Amino acid sequence: MSTTVFSQARIVDPSRGIDEVGTVIVEGRKIVAAGKAALNQGAAQDATVIDCAGKAIIPGLIDARVFIGEPGGEHRETIASASVAAAAGGVTSIVMMPDTDPVIDNVALVEFVLRTAKDTAVVNIFPAAAITKGLEGREMTEFGLLREAGAIAFTDGRHTISSALVMRRALTYARDFGGVIAHETQDADLASSGVMNEGLYASWLGLAGIPREAESIPLERDLALARLTGGAYHAAKISTAMAANAVTRAKADGANVTAGVSIHNLSLNENDVGEYRTFFRLTPPLRAEEDRRAMIEAVKGGTIDIIVSSHDPQDVDTKRLPFADAAAGAIGLETLLGAALRLYHNGDLTLLRLVETLSTAPARLFGLPGGTLKPGAVADLALVDLDEPWIVSESGIRSRSKNTCFEGARLQGKVLQTMVAGRTVFSA
Amino acid sequence: MTDASSLPLYPHRHLLGIRDLSPADIELLLDRADRSVAISRQSEKKASTLRGRTQINLFYEASTRTQSSFELAGKRLGADVMNMSVASSSVKKGETLIDTAMTLNAMHPDILIIRHQSAGAAALLAQKVGCSVINAGDGAHEHPTQALLDALTIRRARGPLSKLIVAICGDILHSRVARSNIMLLNALGAQVRVVAPSTLLPAGIEKMGVIVTRSMAEGLKDADVVMMLRLQRERMEGAFVPSVREYFHYFGLDAEKLKAAKDGALVMHPGPMNRGVEIASEIADGPQSVIQEQVEMGVAVRMAVMEALLDPRRNYEGRTLEGRGA
Repeated sequence: MSTTVFSQARIVDPSRGIDEVGTVIVEGRKIVAAGKAALNQGAAQDATVIDCAGKAIIPGLIDARVFIGEPGGEHRETIASASVAAAAGGVTSIVMMPDTDPVIDNVALVEFVLRTAKDTAVVNIFPAAAITKGLEGREMTEFGLLREAGAIAFTDGRHTISSALVMRRALTYARDFGGVIAHETQDADLASSGVMNEGLYASWLGLAGIPREAESIPLERDLALARLTGGAYHAAKISTAMAANAVTRAKADGANVTAGVSIHNLSLNENDVGEYRTFFRLTPPLRAEEDRRAMIEAVKGGTIDIIVSSHDPQDVDTKRLPFADAAAGAIGLETLLGAALRLYHNGDLTLLRLVETLSTAPARLFGLPGGTLKPGAVADLALVDLDEPWIVSESGIRSRSKNTCFEGARLQGKVLQTMVAGRTVFSA
Repeated sequence: MTDASSLPLYPHRHLLGIRDLSPADIELLLDRADRSVAISRQSEKKASTLRGRTQINLFYEASTRTQSSFELAGKRLGADVMNMSVASSSVKKGETLIDTAMTLNAMHPDILIIRHQSAGAAALLAQKVGCSVINAGDGAHEHPTQALLDALTIRRARGPLSKLIVAICGDILHSRVARSNIMLLNALGAQVRVVAPSTLLPAGIEKMGVIVTRSMAEGLKDADVVMMLRLQRERMEGAFVPSVREYFHYFGLDAEKLKAAKDGALVMHPGPMNRGVEIASEIADGPQSVIQEQVEMGVAVRMAVMEALLDPRRNYEGRTLEGRGA
């Protein structure tokens, strides 16, 4: 059994509330020690010892919202290519969205994903299954059988379920099988042909706007249904203060509710759209600066539980178009940590809180292994130089699609090594 | 008439929107257009300033008026004009705008005129081709030559635009004409008012440098110019306004409502008109209407813009092969 000793590292483990200099020892697949106490702990003679002075060890990131093109859109991204991108970004687990072709709405597809992941992926891939067949918002999928096959949650991906009745039944039925219902809310009628945040900026560009209420109205409905049913509901990608307030109230009422935010809505605002830059066409849209600030406050205050990349690879055929005709979405696995660390470097969030939202909280929320450096836990971790500056360049992107919002961005904080179950899957 | 070489050089390679223009740029184009009017009024309507140049009209939206105006402008200047009819081209077969642009670019045109249903399409095209691009309307974004021809019409009838009161009435929300006009009129110091039902106003309109009102009487009060906008059919029946009848009642320009404006105020419309919807026939055909002049000025402005963009004094260093994107 091989042993790796990361000595003198800044250990950031939100699962134990630890942020201290110490040593992490990995034996085989597991962490056997992590903390100050392990500083002088001996290790096997053949152990690989890595001096990590000035570097940090964090539990590997768990990205709970990742769109992958396999099956059906392999030219955009495969499970293998997404996993390589993830590893480079310090992401050790991916929750994969069911928006594939065919849709992950039956047991065979879940098995396909898990099998493909086992054969080709270097990080953990956890499929989320569709709530409704074909993502059509009508008939429920087989929650029980899908859970048994390995689906870790239910979501209609990019789609919003318009029927309150379907949502009520899904929340009620999923409760019996312990499945979280994760939902992106955007009212199709209100959003209409909208392609960016509604406001002056969109008006000058001549682009149809998406009002904030398009997000919060279906969300308020869902939250009411979560209260009614007691089902576990996750507001997958919120972008407005209005939505955050709704989640805060639902939590205060004791509803079984959590929320996530895309890193884009924490890092960027509507002005970044510039002159019709289609890589910045996202769902939910980039909002005003006040909304971005409100999202940061919501992460800080605990209303928002997790941060996701919302990695959504799109090729030139769907992005090199006029803004309104382009597909929404941007990749983000490789830049998730770097972009999130901006919030740490500029003092918005502590490192502990940041890592909690990127790793510990998603593990807890979706019942996944990882998210911790506790002795005995599986060794999913990342060694990070928190301060190293780098510039995102298209040529360095490992993802099969290059539609990043951070092209040319200066980020601070680079992943040096990523380990999944004790195996090094990336090293810089 | 002054010689073209005495006019200042126009500093831009494309005309994508009024937003990119300084007041001086606008005045320069209007001055040039004044000269072009004369050419169109001669019996020999032919100049040779664009002889040997190739102009391609790429119209993704049907537009008899604008397309023929650009075609005529190019022909009067001696250019070879090609109309790409989208209905019968590979665009129908799913070719993207960029791929079409690259194909056309390989034919070495000197100027591309594009009309497209999506905002930003002209700017996207301009990034990918080596020639000059004129935006002939992109979605609800801009329609710069319309704003210029409106300004020329006003200037020839009323002199400098500064201090004039211009009321723009109707479907501001979906109108590229309104956006370009708001910017141009503000740049030249006019006071701009917009009059529309709230469902047809874009978000943030009050921050667009205009006075907003829902009343024609208020909006037209002492106005020097009344610009009416077309209301698309699909927006009339309950989607944005309840009915044609109600819309005309409150926002249609008739003799009664026009009385609020200054005596002899100019009445304008970018066309095509919906008579009895946004404008009464008696007004459209009446003595205050300059709608026909607008059409004439349209040709002049487009001639002026093309001449300015393809000014022979321009340094063509910018048109390198790499810019043409092979």
